[in-house]
Amino acid sequence: MASFKDTFDTYNWEQTLQGIFEKTESDVLRALGNSKRNLEDFKALISPAAKPYLEQMAQLSSVVTKKRFGNTIQMYAPLYLSNECNNVCTYCGFSATNKIPRRTLTNEEILKEVSFLKSKGYDHILLVTGEANKTVGVDYIENAIQLIRSQFANISIEVQPLSENEYYRLTESGLYAVLVYQETYHQEAYKKHHPKGKKSNFYHRLETPDRLGKAGIHKIGLGALFGLEDWRADSFFTALHLKYLQKTYWKTKYSISFPRLRPHSGGLEPKVEMTDADLVQLICAFRLLDEDVELSISTRENELFRDNIVRFGITSMSAESKTNPGGYVVEEQSLEQFEISDERSTEEITQMLKANAMEVVWKDWENNWQ
Amino acid sequence: MNDILKIADKEFHSRLFTGTGKFSSSAVMKQALLASESELITVALKRVDVKDENDDILVHLNHPRINLLPNTSGVRNYKEAIFAAQLSREALETNWIKLEIHPDPKYLLPDPIETLKAAEELVKLGFVVMPYIHADPVLCKRLEEVGAQCVMPLGAPIGSNKGLKTQEFLEIIIDQSTVPVIVDAGIGAPSHAAYAMELGADAVLVNTAIAVSKNPVAMANAFKLAIEAGRMAYNAKLAPIKHHAEASSPLTSFLNA
Repeated sequence: MASFKDTFDTYNWEQTLQGIFEKTESDVLRALGNSKRNLEDFKALISPAAKPYLEQMAQLSSVVTKKRFGNTIQMYAPLYLSNECNNVCTYCGFSATNKIPRRTLTNEEILKEVSFLKSKGYDHILLVTGEANKTVGVDYIENAIQLIRSQFANISIEVQPLSENEYYRLTESGLYAVLVYQETYHQEAYKKHHPKGKKSNFYHRLETPDRLGKAGIHKIGLGALFGLEDWRADSFFTALHLKYLQKTYWKTKYSISFPRLRPHSGGLEPKVEMTDADLVQLICAFRLLDEDVELSISTRENELFRDNIVRFGITSMSAESKTNPGGYVVEEQSLEQFEISDERSTEEITQMLKANAMEVVWKDWENNWQ
Repeated sequence: MNDILKIADKEFHSRLFTGTGKFSSSAVMKQALLASESELITVALKRVDVKDENDDILVHLNHPRINLLPNTSGVRNYKEAIFAAQLSREALETNWIKLEIHPDPKYLLPDPIETLKAAEELVKLGFVVMPYIHADPVLCKRLEEVGAQCVMPLGAPIGSNKGLKTQEFLEIIIDQSTVPVIVDAGIGAPSHAAYAMELGADAVLVNTAIAVSKNPVAMANAFKLAIEAGRMAYNAKLAPIKHHAEASSPLTSFLNA
């Protein structure tokens, strides 16, 4: 199967990183001045040489974002269905070796959680599980989608990688998008952080977006988990992945997320720190690389950061998220995947957006056309 | 002056059509749309909850002057477009549909093949079809043949604000068309809109340039005035453009000697 692997294997991590650090001020200025920007421009914009131009990048990013997205932010809510997981991941609260009570929501419980989210106004939902194929396999996920399909305009999932046929089946059932983060594009680090379980297969995960594209999914979400390895190189590979996918699967829409390592039960300290200024630089660089890609920020980030970042590049966000199955109403105290940082209510977030002269978009899809 | 635009069974006094996307709030949207004096306003079906009488966007468009023009933005092929149009007709009680089929979610460029198929089918089903298409003169004639009540060629990529990049083709379309030609997409400034009207476009559709302006209400008014001026100039017939100067010492005067 032709896939991103063919492109990816022609790159070397160390050389890529060195290439980014070698970018100069004039590379940055050229990148800022270009009306269409390529991956070399992207390298310049995430390089240390671009740091003095952060304000200029933010201003440009704000203008470009408005052109395509206007004065709007889309809202979505995650719904954790299960914390059962056979994988060992060093950074995750659901890791198989963590001695925590495991829970998978029943239909009745899912509907309880759903009615809470509907009462808050949500029309776009993200279903999340760990990887436990016996209990939370494709049948369970399909059932969940069909169960809630009539209540949401837009349904996404963030679950274990599936096969092309399985993705096709879920799309037919009403699935809109799949989020599948590579976590890190550094192969040795990937192995270290995913020592056991199906997730330990680097290339199987790397080729997941190809299977999604072939299955004709509407949207694919990409990202790296910042803190595992150097954020600049991981971001470059994310951008490379994005550009490859856009050319290959041109009918599919893409989104980028920016998760930074958060504390959780049995926690891992970030190996490489990513400061707020770094994250701002990266978000702007993605916007300047691609004017049309959706950029998403979750409640992992704190209030101050979120209140400001919505003004220049971000187009989608969540609020009041619970990262434990049943966390909204069914069993509020079960153990979460990670601690969220911005704990404000949905109402407070919509007020904040209004104060920034941003319109909240609850619905931007119609689930019943297909 | 009696200069009324007729599309299907409706008459329009304003030649500015507008849209509802990208505004900072529904209240700002309503003010701007009223200032534009637009009588035909497009709304993306995917953005509204047609089952909800209190849908925020629809409530704000409830005004005697405003005719709703639902659009199919988000559909990827003719089947989805037809399904969306039928859903729209049932829920919003209008048989007008702005046909937008863009399988490419990045530049939102319209698919000519799917659009022609959908237009043919929708006309048979009794819709007033307003197709968003490339500035392709042959496609415009083909759409006319299957019964589209107007054509909506783009001036530049949607949301780009780049103006009439497709001018050469727009002029051919305007020259050949027997249905109204509405320039849709790419118009970024009142001067672009005025120019389209001077070229003989029957109307223009503007959304991003108004919604994203620092002052959407003032910008809506500016577009209204520009379109009126452009139309007035078109009706008054522009003076011919002189492509060369007259020489001070003529070369052919000897012929008259």
